[in-house]
Amino acid sequence: MRTYIIKRLFLSVGILFLVAFVIYALMRSMPTSYVEAVARERANLPGSKSYTEWLAQLNSIYGLDSGVVKGFFSWIGRAVRGQFGDSWYYNIPVTEKFKETVWFSFALGSVAFALELVIAIPLGILAARKQYSTVDYAVTVIALVGISLPVFFFATILKLVFSIQLGWFDLNGTVGRYFDQLSRWGQLLDIGKHYVLPVFALVIISIGGLMRYTRTNMLEVLNSDYIRTARAKGLSEKRVINYHAFRNTLIPIVTIIGGSIPGLFAGALITETLFGITGIGKTSYDAMVNGDIPFSMFYLLFLAALTLLGTLIADILYAVVDPRVRVN
Amino acid sequence: MNNDLKNKDTQEKNNNPQMALDDEQRIKVLSPGMLVFKRFIRNKLAITGSIFIVAMFIFSFVGGWLMPYRESETFKKEVEMSKDYAGISINKDYKFVIDEGYDFPLSAQAQFVQAANKEDEVFSSLDIAYSQKKLAEDVHLIYGLQQVASATALGGNYAIELEDSTLNADFSAAFSDAISEGAAFFEFGGNEYVVSQERKNYTAGVLQPVALALKNIYDYASPETSNNLDFCMKSEIAFAEIASGGAAVQEFTSGGVKYQMTVENDRAIISEVKGDELIEYANASRYLVQPIYADVFFTLEFKTKVIELVEAGVEEFTYDHIDGKLGTYTLHRSNDVWSMKWIEETRVLDTFSFPDSVHPLGTDGNGMDVLTRLMYGGRISLIIGFIVVIIETFIGVVLGGIAGYFGKFVDNLIMRIVDIFNSIPSLPLLIILGAMMDAQRVDPMVRMMYLMIILGVLGWPGIARLVRGQILSLREQEFMIAAEATGISVSKRIFKHLVPNVMPQLIVISTLSLGGVILTESVISFLGLGVKFPFASWGNIINAVSNVYVMTNYLFVWIPAGFCILITVLGFNFIGDGLRDAFDPKMKR
Repeated sequence: MRTYIIKRLFLSVGILFLVAFVIYALMRSMPTSYVEAVARERANLPGSKSYTEWLAQLNSIYGLDSGVVKGFFSWIGRAVRGQFGDSWYYNIPVTEKFKETVWFSFALGSVAFALELVIAIPLGILAARKQYSTVDYAVTVIALVGISLPVFFFATILKLVFSIQLGWFDLNGTVGRYFDQLSRWGQLLDIGKHYVLPVFALVIISIGGLMRYTRTNMLEVLNSDYIRTARAKGLSEKRVINYHAFRNTLIPIVTIIGGSIPGLFAGALITETLFGITGIGKTSYDAMVNGDIPFSMFYLLFLAALTLLGTLIADILYAVVDPRVRVN
Repeated sequence: MNNDLKNKDTQEKNNNPQMALDDEQRIKVLSPGMLVFKRFIRNKLAITGSIFIVAMFIFSFVGGWLMPYRESETFKKEVEMSKDYAGISINKDYKFVIDEGYDFPLSAQAQFVQAANKEDEVFSSLDIAYSQKKLAEDVHLIYGLQQVASATALGGNYAIELEDSTLNADFSAAFSDAISEGAAFFEFGGNEYVVSQERKNYTAGVLQPVALALKNIYDYASPETSNNLDFCMKSEIAFAEIASGGAAVQEFTSGGVKYQMTVENDRAIISEVKGDELIEYANASRYLVQPIYADVFFTLEFKTKVIELVEAGVEEFTYDHIDGKLGTYTLHRSNDVWSMKWIEETRVLDTFSFPDSVHPLGTDGNGMDVLTRLMYGGRISLIIGFIVVIIETFIGVVLGGIAGYFGKFVDNLIMRIVDIFNSIPSLPLLIILGAMMDAQRVDPMVRMMYLMIILGVLGWPGIARLVRGQILSLREQEFMIAAEATGISVSKRIFKHLVPNVMPQLIVISTLSLGGVILTESVISFLGLGVKFPFASWGNIINAVSNVYVMTNYLFVWIPAGFCILITVLGFNFIGDGLRDAFDPKMKR
């Protein structure tokens, strides 16, 4: 088991290294005129360094004067030590900006994820138990509609209905206008209120996958021999479902939940941008649109690491939870 | 249970009393494809999805073809815009007609107004003396002193210096007499001279008319004509003559031209007399009609009309506009000032017009028909979806097939590449590339192609994984041993024998990813980094909501596009789901 984990860990690090190289090469293959344009633009800002100084700095930071491979190693060498440079757009170190914003995203993501679990798993099990019933169809349709909804469209409709027409929530932002005058408890409630719509949007959009995953796995379990045995020996339906079936369904579910946890830090780019939540998603969207290469590279690498970590956790959990896999 | 069976039995017996066990109808054999099709048909969701997709295809491709409008055709509408056109006021201040070659500065004008009010005959400004003579009510002729001689007192004698060569010694004598008498005026040769003194220096000057102060405004028939002192003075005298009850038609001559004046409603109408003909020359009245634009010249007729309407208190009227069109004008009065506006019909972009019979879904912010944009947007979204899926399926099948068939090192290598591509975050990458193409101002068409290629290149790992997994298990089967024994080439073995066996899963995953690609494309276009104007895409149509006013007030612009995306993606997902159920024998349907 330990050797397996270590092996997977090394593999992941290796892949991350290659992903970093791909990302770096992509950024490097941007037309040089783009970097020059950025340098010129930044030189024009009031109180800024001169164009040549900017260009020199860009070149030295990204090793643009040397070859791709050499430049990559100098960049990754610094990145490993946590030096991602200064963000061009925010004018503070990338990692600092990241620390400021990531917790907003994590709060949003984890609340939405918890709600998702609470809603999706029972509904998925219900749908599987009553396969081909109206409930099953309803769950399938809801799940597929959620998957098919363009998040920006759904979020806009939510804003239109709840913020503009009903006036229940603010249109944008994480805090209300009188945030500073509220008590501590009131501040918490205020923030919570601003999270309602984004969380709702996120839950509806992403609930479908988990719901259908639960249903499929529950169906598989319900069709297996040990369930038939449990029924044959006269156990109550409640015990069969809750004890025998549900526990076995948990294997893939726990795996997928474990795999999703790193993703909670990734931020919801579109949702955050539309609802004006200053999480990592919106922050990096603004950075990327404004050609902030240091922040963009960091964010891409961060997301890649999260994806790899998710897969790693899912694989390891799978081996941990399911004794049948553990054999080798 | 038993009862059910019995019922079914009897039913069947009743229906087919003569049916034998090996009856052809009883043992109907269905081809696997037919079985799948039957299972698919029975699935309500799958059928709904198919209807959605067919409807969207007809809407986008046939609809766009039937629609009379083009993709980026803009529509215009006529709107009435009122432009400030003229200001009309009643003149209450003196206007000055200054004779050519003379100067009558503003300070002197102010002094004159004071003098006129006090009825002083003489006034001075900046050490220059003037005198004024009232010719008629509100008409004053202003004389300036032109120096002709100066004298300096030396004992009892005066040293006189003549500045005008036409004067002689007799003039000098008259001048010195006048000085010694201390007279202010003296006459010489029929002219009146004014003597002024400054300590021991004396000057003799002749009075010369320099300006005419009047309150009437002269409008001329020709834009080139301007006020002329002699003309104005004579005209004013004639005007006053008529006003005081003299002959109704007055004639006068100025600059060798003969003029005739009549008065109508306190307005003088002056015509030039040329033989027997009367040519319209000028009008004079207290009304000042001034165009707002410097390049506009009002004809006498127009001005007369406006003045008449102002006097009648009319608020709106029509009149032949200068360029021949019938113009509508409004007059708005505030105290003694009227502002005249010209209501002009202007063609502007018909933006955000509400749905009507011409534009069933209204028009968008660029004045384009929303329904047409939706149709063309559908074409683009669907075409992008299909091309991207074709690209990713091609790469996925080739790489997945090779990895699955060869296994070992090749498999390991390709799977690590899959891992790498899987870890590259696609949405941020698309945003970065989109922003970069924005900075480079890439042509919208080229952009669209890049978008397709990028989406395809980022999307293949899932398909490769699926193909590889299936082939790994398939290659161990007997038919592959047979294929190998027959000596079929490797590429044929992979793509003719293995890949077709993956077809069902491939179709399912392709259908599902069609929806996914359309969704991603719409997100990118919504952010303004994908399909760009002038091309329509459902995503960039919804982009209009970034303006909150549009979002709240013009729902017809963005709501339909959202539903188009939803219905299309939902359709593909329903079909994919139905196909999976139909293909998968485990799902016993």
